[in-house]
Amino acid sequence: MQKTTSIKLMSILLAAVALSGCSNVEPWVKPYERDRLADPIMALDGDPVSTSYMQHVYESREGARGGEGAAGGGCGCN
Amino acid sequence: MALKRTIRLSFLVCLTLAGNAFASVLPEDRSDALYHRYEGGGVLIDGPSLLVRKKVGKSLSMVGNYYLDYVSSASIDVVTTASPYTEEREQWSLGVDYLRGNTTMRVNYVESNESDYAAATTAFSVSQDMFGQLTTLTLGYAYGDDIVGRSDDPTFEREVRRQQYSIGLTQILTKNLITALNIQTTTEEGFLNNPYRSVRYLDSDSARGFSFEPELYPNTRTANAVGIRGRYFLPYRAALEAEYRYFVDTWEIQGHTASLTYIQPYKNFIFETKVRWHGQTGAAFFRDIFPRSEATNFRGRDKELSPLTSYSLRLKGSYKFIDENKGWGMFKKATVSASIDMMHFQYDEFRDITLGGPPGEEPLYTMDAQIIQFFVSFWY
Repeated sequence: MQKTTSIKLMSILLAAVALSGCSNVEPWVKPYERDRLADPIMALDGDPVSTSYMQHVYESREGARGGEGAAGGGCGCN
Repeated sequence: MALKRTIRLSFLVCLTLAGNAFASVLPEDRSDALYHRYEGGGVLIDGPSLLVRKKVGKSLSMVGNYYLDYVSSASIDVVTTASPYTEEREQWSLGVDYLRGNTTMRVNYVESNESDYAAATTAFSVSQDMFGQLTTLTLGYAYGDDIVGRSDDPTFEREVRRQQYSIGLTQILTKNLITALNIQTTTEEGFLNNPYRSVRYLDSDSARGFSFEPELYPNTRTANAVGIRGRYFLPYRAALEAEYRYFVDTWEIQGHTASLTYIQPYKNFIFETKVRWHGQTGAAFFRDIFPRSEATNFRGRDKELSPLTSYSLRLKGSYKFIDENKGWGMFKKATVSASIDMMHFQYDEFRDITLGGPPGEEPLYTMDAQIIQFFVSFWY
């Protein structure tokens, strides 16, 4: 049931994004206005090696996982 | 069926047409060497992680990662039912990014080995930049195959199969705000217990009033997670990030995770502070103590499956010792970083039986952990 709901949700989201691609949207933030977004302090994953390590730490010690990107297998957490 | 076909077709057509005004780019060439150390709850895990990423021509970027854990464990689970142990976990991964127009296709293979556990995961994803690079949509699929063993029984071998479906949407909303939505469904099937862990049950024949028996989990689990985050460039040069993740699975664990990160640059330094909170309900089959042996079909006493709350605070500093405006030899930029994460775990039902007390009335278990990372990064 949960899986079906999730698939439906993903399909709707996908369709919405895909269809909106047909409307020839004009970028509302121009390339010359993106200097702040290009600043290293705005990188969502500035240190990938550190991020994946911390995800592994959280996933090994909490019951929840996912929603933040995938981490490697194994555990090392007994 | 017709609707599904239409959606699929319009999706493909629009991905092809959308946003050709600006070119997408491959990730930057960089190498990182990291030392990590986790200490908490009687467990010490440390080791290195090395990452190398390099473009090959204009369309390909290769990435490799080597990661090692040296584990020395005398955790509460171990001291109450087994003997302290040491072991190594080695993990390596190889990935390729292929860029064509505004589409990036990725394949990544990860293999992890320890004396009693082997895992192999292959992941595929496709990212499409749209609307003049304001939107990036990523669809991902991963398949994992694990072999679970026992160090005290070479004949013991069980399998776990894992599949993961994900959708990610990164959206630039304003010239100061970038957001990301990530939805992930994971299905697992096979031997999902930890083969060493036990549950305890009331036993009047035992001097302590309880005994242990092996835990027994369901052999399937489906989990859904939705994460949303936004990073905002403040009026002065600094950034603030908020993140929230909701998790729910078929074992009846529901989790909420929230964090707030503040990033402040100063000359060649970048300082970061993060506070994170995680709260979850327990698995339906989790009990700290069962009323009798084999009391329920499924039984678990892993503290990770208990209702729990964790709090963490991160302090991090990075120093840029090769500036991108000057460079040095083949290097465009280089930084050195150090961080400490202080975590506190409070378990709402998992009890600390080492402290004694009537069975089921021992004090609740709490745990503190410190995570240290030290790493250097080179861009070239």
